[in-house]
Amino acid sequence: MLHVDFRKQLEHFELVVDFQLDNEILALVGSSGSGKTTLLNCIAGIVHPDAGSISLNGRNFFQEGNKPLKIQRRKVGYLFQDYALFPHLSVEQNILYSRPPKSDMAHITAVTKVLGITDLLPKYPHQISGGEKQRVALTRALAAKPDLLLLDEPFSALDDDTRERCQEELLRIHEIWNIPIIFVTHRQADAQKLADRVIRVEKGQMTEQLISEASL
Amino acid sequence: MTQDLSPLFLSLKVASVSTFFVFIISIALARFMSRRNFFGKSFLDALILLPLVLPPTVIGFGLIVLFGLNGPLGSWLEQWFGVRIVFTWVGAAIASFVVSLPLMYQSVTAAFNKIDSRWENVARTMGVSEWRIFRTITFPLAWPGILAGLILSFARGIGEFGATLMVAGYIPGQTETIPLAIYFAYEAGQMEKAAFWVIIISALGLAIISWVNYWRKKTEIRIGRE
Repeated sequence: MLHVDFRKQLEHFELVVDFQLDNEILALVGSSGSGKTTLLNCIAGIVHPDAGSISLNGRNFFQEGNKPLKIQRRKVGYLFQDYALFPHLSVEQNILYSRPPKSDMAHITAVTKVLGITDLLPKYPHQISGGEKQRVALTRALAAKPDLLLLDEPFSALDDDTRERCQEELLRIHEIWNIPIIFVTHRQADAQKLADRVIRVEKGQMTEQLISEASL
Repeated sequence: MTQDLSPLFLSLKVASVSTFFVFIISIALARFMSRRNFFGKSFLDALILLPLVLPPTVIGFGLIVLFGLNGPLGSWLEQWFGVRIVFTWVGAAIASFVVSLPLMYQSVTAAFNKIDSRWENVARTMGVSEWRIFRTITFPLAWPGILAGLILSFARGIGEFGATLMVAGYIPGQTETIPLAIYFAYEAGQMEKAAFWVIIISALGLAIISWVNYWRKKTEIRIGRE
């Protein structure tokens, strides 16, 4: 269970967040600059809230007055907007990056198969398409066995067919790994298709919506 | 005419030793300065870059004050280790170090700042240590900029004249680097000798720049762009 309850002052408004999440898929919708990415960054530990608390399965990520848990120890998979694949490493090296030497490869082989990227392994990021990058980045995030998956506009750079395929894969991943997933999107259809819950963020304020109401 | 090649070997030795220390210290400094905010940071930054705008004679004077036999560091080194800096090739290397450090520091800082912080952050979310992130992500991605800085520093080290002359003096066979050999050959009216060293140092500079350009293109192709 993910508990998020914090405040953070941004340039033009205060981001006020309060929600809990089981092993569900949560869509964050809202206009650009409304604080969605900052929310993900706070959960991942890239930036810290001003007050409040964040915890996952009883582990405190952030507790006001205490030292925040290091990013490295949060076990959060984060897929950045344009995937942030390491450009100087091959797809295989990207995926194996977090793997300690001599560790069990079975998990990574399984993820690679599920996402169908076995043929891409020897290629470099600049040699593959947007949809392939998305699948590689997702495989890389899952290779580290995260307890929570954060996706920042994962489908924004994809064409309709690829988006459809990637969404199917995300649902399959969720079915298999059964961890909470939070994704940011601008598209109503993405939220309706994938999410169990939808939260709208506008100028730092959150409102939970019915899935059928999710629109921009 | 048989030419004594010792100025070439000495220049290469001085520039290599100076560049080695410039490499280590500028990376540590640039890393520290890009990750920390503290009172006096701008002043420290200006202090590192100061040799860029000072005449080499001022740097030479400062080094003599520090490392001269009566200077605080010079007398300490002489007393405890029996090491003398002034009028030795080590003095020339220290002069090269001081003038080339800001060039390298600027290149490394620019190279580090150019790296997208998301690459480091994504590696952190994967549980990877800061040291490993530096070794496997930050350093390799900054390497083209670091290499450009290294070459600039090496070239600056080879070409250093004013500060070297003040600190190391002109002792043929001991502190006679190529720029000193050119100057003193010209002073003595040995135009052939001066021209020989001018051609050698120009060819060396040209070879270095051509190699860097070739290498940079090759690296950009290999690394590619996302």
